[in-house]
Amino acid sequence: MIAIVDYGAGNISSVKKALTHLGAKSEVTSDPAVIAAADKIIVPGVGHFSRCETLNHHLRKPVLDAIAQGKPFLGICVGMQWLFSGSTEAPETPGASLFAGECARFPATVKSPHVGWNQIDIRDGSRLLRGVDDKVFVYYTHSYRAPMTDATVASSEYGGEFSAAVERDNVFGVQFHPEKSGAAGLKILENFCAL
Amino acid sequence: MPSERSQREPRESALSGDTPSANGRLTKRIIACLDVDAGRVVKGIKFQQLRDAGDPADLAQLHANAGADEIVLLDITATSGGRKTLVETVRRAAAHLFIPFTVGGGIRTLEDAAQVFDAGADKVSVNSAAVADPSLIEQIAGRFGSQAVIVAIDAKRGTNAPESAEVYIAGGRKATGRNALEWAREAESRGAGEILLTSMDRDGTGAGFDCGLTAAVAQAVAIPVIASGGAGNAAHFIDVFTAGKADAALAASIFHFGTHAVAELKQTLLAAGIPMRWPC
Repeated sequence: MIAIVDYGAGNISSVKKALTHLGAKSEVTSDPAVIAAADKIIVPGVGHFSRCETLNHHLRKPVLDAIAQGKPFLGICVGMQWLFSGSTEAPETPGASLFAGECARFPATVKSPHVGWNQIDIRDGSRLLRGVDDKVFVYYTHSYRAPMTDATVASSEYGGEFSAAVERDNVFGVQFHPEKSGAAGLKILENFCAL
Repeated sequence: MPSERSQREPRESALSGDTPSANGRLTKRIIACLDVDAGRVVKGIKFQQLRDAGDPADLAQLHANAGADEIVLLDITATSGGRKTLVETVRRAAAHLFIPFTVGGGIRTLEDAAQVFDAGADKVSVNSAAVADPSLIEQIAGRFGSQAVIVAIDAKRGTNAPESAEVYIAGGRKATGRNALEWAREAESRGAGEILLTSMDRDGTGAGFDCGLTAAVAQAVAIPVIASGGAGNAAHFIDVFTAGKADAALAASIFHFGTHAVAELKQTLLAAGIPMRWPC
């Protein structure tokens, strides 16, 4: 069972819908016991980084414990940003610091939010992106983005290059919305389900 | 018939006004709109003369497979009842749709919005109710995020300058006296994630988007502007993405009735240098 962590960050029914479509069993939950019992964990999320306060408040430990046990974890959008040290969007709200760096707003040279379909450049060897075409288009909607790191497995360009996907061992994150990115997005979720 | 303006905006080169290098490869979006009445897709000419065009769930899937970048479902009779039918239609259409899906029409409260989100919508589009109570934008954005709130503006300017376009509500039946640019700016400041701008002068005519109006609104706000009303052929889309400075363009009847399949349209736009998601 995949636990989809509900921490009040917007609308998460579409993630559940995509997993159902793929035949994967999932449960939307904010119960630490359900998270602890899950095989895999997804932290979705859209909206303001300060919503991660709720996540930090009573779900941080069960989620980090599950990651420490080696369970596959996927953070989507704000859920990926949470894997970093934090975001300038809500400096008082810490992230999980599993990846180095802080998320920051797009520069003023481009319109913000970054909304729509943009291409990803995929690095070799990603397990999450296996079988996904390089330079495929994925759907984004966000105003803050994660920096490039040595864990970056895909990048996009908008006001400079940023991390589209990060991956290390059992921890995965995507800034775009795989549940809204057509066939390519479903392939990514399918890869995660198959881990 | 609306009078064709004798002076069309000059067509600029692709992407003028944008900075292509900074924008990376973010594409312009083609959005297929389903106008739904009592659970069936219909399309009016200038908000009237409806004709049946099919099942919303089937058409949403068909457009997604054909390469539409997003689907918008507008319940055009919602103000006179039928919420349950709408929610069920949304649920059916959303079940196997994995591209962004927006629902609008008759969303008057945070609860109305919550219902369609729960049924599988990714964004809601608010129009009349937001004009009546602009705090609705803040309420929905506060709970579901700005990316989930589109403020739809039906504007009419006749032969006047784009800057003097007026906002209409109640499906285009009622003038508000509000200036469209000013309302777009207020919507943005209250947390709207996108503006869906419909030219009432052009809607259903196939005479082309109102590029002057679209450009004026796109320059008034920093959030993406979706142009709507008047799509008739591929050249109209090229115009609205260049001279009109639109981030996305929406059309209904030209897709349903087979005048222009999305795939064919996208290929034409790509050849004209407009960044498009292709292949899909």
